[in-house]
Amino acid sequence: MAHPSQLGFQDAASPLMEELLHFHDHALMIVLLISVFVLYIIVTMITAKLTDKLILDSQEIEIIWTVLPAIVLIMIALPSLRILYLMDEINDPHLTIKAMGHQWYWSYEYTDYDDLGFDSYMIPTQDLAPGQFRLLEADHRMVIPMESPIRVLISAEDVLHSWAVPSLGVKVDAVPGRLNQTTFIVNRPGVFYGQCSEICGANHSFMPIVIEAVPLAHFENWTSLMMEDA
Amino acid sequence: MRNEAHAEPPAPVHGRTEASHTEARVRDTHSLSEEQHSFTVRYKSHLELEPRTATKEVKMAEDIKTKLENYRTAPFDARFPNQNQTRNCWSNYLDYHRCQKALEAKGEDTLPCQWYKRVYTSLCPISWVQKWDDQRAEGTFPGKI
Repeated sequence: MAHPSQLGFQDAASPLMEELLHFHDHALMIVLLISVFVLYIIVTMITAKLTDKLILDSQEIEIIWTVLPAIVLIMIALPSLRILYLMDEINDPHLTIKAMGHQWYWSYEYTDYDDLGFDSYMIPTQDLAPGQFRLLEADHRMVIPMESPIRVLISAEDVLHSWAVPSLGVKVDAVPGRLNQTTFIVNRPGVFYGQCSEICGANHSFMPIVIEAVPLAHFENWTSLMMEDA
Repeated sequence: MRNEAHAEPPAPVHGRTEASHTEARVRDTHSLSEEQHSFTVRYKSHLELEPRTATKEVKMAEDIKTKLENYRTAPFDARFPNQNQTRNCWSNYLDYHRCQKALEAKGEDTLPCQWYKRVYTSLCPISWVQKWDDQRAEGTFPGKI
């Protein structure tokens, strides 16, 4: 989850998000270097006392300041395209979950074996237990087995919503009448938070997404318990 | 059906010499090495003695049963490789009901149709399935079954 006055990304919990983090570090470093360099040139130009008013052109420097930026752009594009294609790789999911957006809650359906479905409402601030996070906690979490490819199919029952979990690098629009697919693997056990990312009415800020990644045995226990309660 | 044609070499056709006989038939075993001989004997006995048990249909039914028993979730479908899986869900729903209708009309076992049912149950939201089932009951279902 996000921390107060956080500047960077949340810690990655999936391999794709790790790749995105590293790429962001790489691109940001290039951008910083260019900015510092340009700032230095500006300062030098302004503070120099002597100026040569007879320079008209210079083939050599013009070639350099065309070729070098092209190389820099290629150095940014290649890792970026690599990640883009990584995202689209064909994978073989172990589990399919449907996340349906409603005004103003999410509902999750696990129908591979039995008809398991439940709603996930935000816990109101006045009902929070000590240590829980304001506007992020939900009454029923989406529990998934860790280290397994999970396919999530996202749709909506009324208006546009968006299912986002930053630590997994996932943000997918929930469109009524359309089924959008995303797949991810969670590297480690834990609880991961996200919030609805498409304006959907009065309580758009109050329909969070909570994913709990657990070992497979615990996931199986949880599904049995949920089926009993239903 | 037994392959008796391989038991002895066929009589040479007029105009053909022994040397030009096709290799498809089993060769005269006297001129072979020991290894070739034992292989040929085993091959011949396989063809002559092993009766044909499973028919193609029985084998297919066993395959679909195994597939259904080992079902985990809807597998990757190359017809729908991208993010939009709406058509995947719709297609499998239609295929299940068409399969049921076709096999029931023929009076055959509808077990193969269960595959489509498992896939559409995995993929389609419960509310969509309920809506389509209601529409089929009313006769207002927009798809062709």
